[in-house]
Amino acid sequence: MNGAGQGGAAARAAGMSPGAKAETWLWIAQRASAAVLALCVLVHLVTIIYAVRHGLTGAAILGRTRGNGAALAFYSVYVLAIAVHAPIGLRTLCQEWLGWRSASLNWFALALALALFAFGLRAGWAVFTG
Amino acid sequence: MKNDFRARNHPAWWAFLAHRLSGLALSVFLPFHFWALGQALQGEARLDTLLRWTELPLLKFAEVVLILLLAVHLTGGLRLLALEFLPWRGWQKSLLAWAAGAALAAGLAFALALV
Amino acid sequence: MDMLQVSVWRGAASGGYRTYEVPRQESQSVLDVVTYIQRHLDPTLSYRFACRVGMCGACAMTVNGVARWTCRTHVSKVVQGNAIQIAPLAHLPVVKDLVTDMREFFDKWARARGQFVSGTGATRKSDFARIASDSPGRVAANAGIECIGCGVCYASCDVVSWNPDYLGPAALNRAWTLINDERDGARAERLAAVAGDAGCHACHTHLSCSERCPKDIAPTASIAGLKRAVALAAWKGEL
Repeated sequence: MNGAGQGGAAARAAGMSPGAKAETWLWIAQRASAAVLALCVLVHLVTIIYAVRHGLTGAAILGRTRGNGAALAFYSVYVLAIAVHAPIGLRTLCQEWLGWRSASLNWFALALALALFAFGLRAGWAVFTG
Repeated sequence: MKNDFRARNHPAWWAFLAHRLSGLALSVFLPFHFWALGQALQGEARLDTLLRWTELPLLKFAEVVLILLLAVHLTGGLRLLALEFLPWRGWQKSLLAWAAGAALAAGLAFALALV
Repeated sequence: MDMLQVSVWRGAASGGYRTYEVPRQESQSVLDVVTYIQRHLDPTLSYRFACRVGMCGACAMTVNGVARWTCRTHVSKVVQGNAIQIAPLAHLPVVKDLVTDMREFFDKWARARGQFVSGTGATRKSDFARIASDSPGRVAANAGIECIGCGVCYASCDVVSWNPDYLGPAALNRAWTLINDERDGARAERLAAVAGDAGCHACHTHLSCSERCPKDIAPTASIAGLKRAVALAAWKGEL
């Protein structure tokens, strides 16, 4: 079996397509963020169903969330996972169904990731601090 | 020559379509969600105003749809993780059935909570 | 006598469906139907077949929208009322009528490094390699080695039509069987060849290939194995 360095050189010599390594890491990131989101979504679903069932008002919700450091940390991880997961998924959709394969798609995905991260954190700040 | 729906008419393909469309729909919804929550920055009264909007029947229905979308995407995603990481067995089709069932159960639970 | 209304693609990339009336028999395959048309109704019809008994895969066509081996497809299984539609395999250039140009299918096979390369330096004169038939690698390889390159999976896969560079289920399945071969000496090159957008990462688990494979192979499982192997190699810096 080839050692790490030899393996890499052999792979490049074998003519691996330029984006292959990046695509591999995107795939890894998508699955990892999916696993994180599976947990986060379950927690989120449970809390929302609880809130709706108990007919919580704005004040009641904010009373429980404001100043809750642990919740802020949890939702920050949630937002980060979303900012990774959604743009990668949308990117694939654009490539396959819109035939959009140029470099501009990658910039779009990156912009989307940053926007989701920023707005998500802002929302978290609004609800969990103060 | 290209394929049409006849080639695609099997459960795993519908599962793929549901997963992709639910992901797209959730991506469209998310910015609104973040915006609405960000309104809490302006205090609880603002959040209350928004929550009052959600009392409208149309929005209640939209919430059920959202929960269903989330459940579909989550359980479909778990199915995909199983297909890609667990040893291949013949239970893949029943896995799809479990995923669909779990999605429906979550949706119903939410709907019941609303009623 | 019952007559079948058989709609057959005539032409190449452009063309149209022509309808023929074929006597319906009790035991009749779709290949029988095509053969009848060519022998008794229209000798200009072009189609491919060889063994007629489900061993070679040459007779693969699109029957009522689904890729099948026509010699192994009973008319009674697919007929809609008394109508059948027969077209060439999808996703391949049409040479004429029901005959497709399969060069791209096999070119992708080669691009996925679907050829055995000895890693042990063994030659014809060497002793046999001893491999336990129940070793995990051998079991994984055995699950996929019965592929005879008929193209049904390739024709059934939507990613093939959405992504022109996609190597396809058969080529990737072959690469997986070789990666699991203990004697293989080209693991690094194979993993590099199947990584990326044209390779295993483009598979979205539609499972159409596994659904349609006449040999009951599941290329989806092989491709999932490739995804894991490639990810591990990338993680270790070997990619």
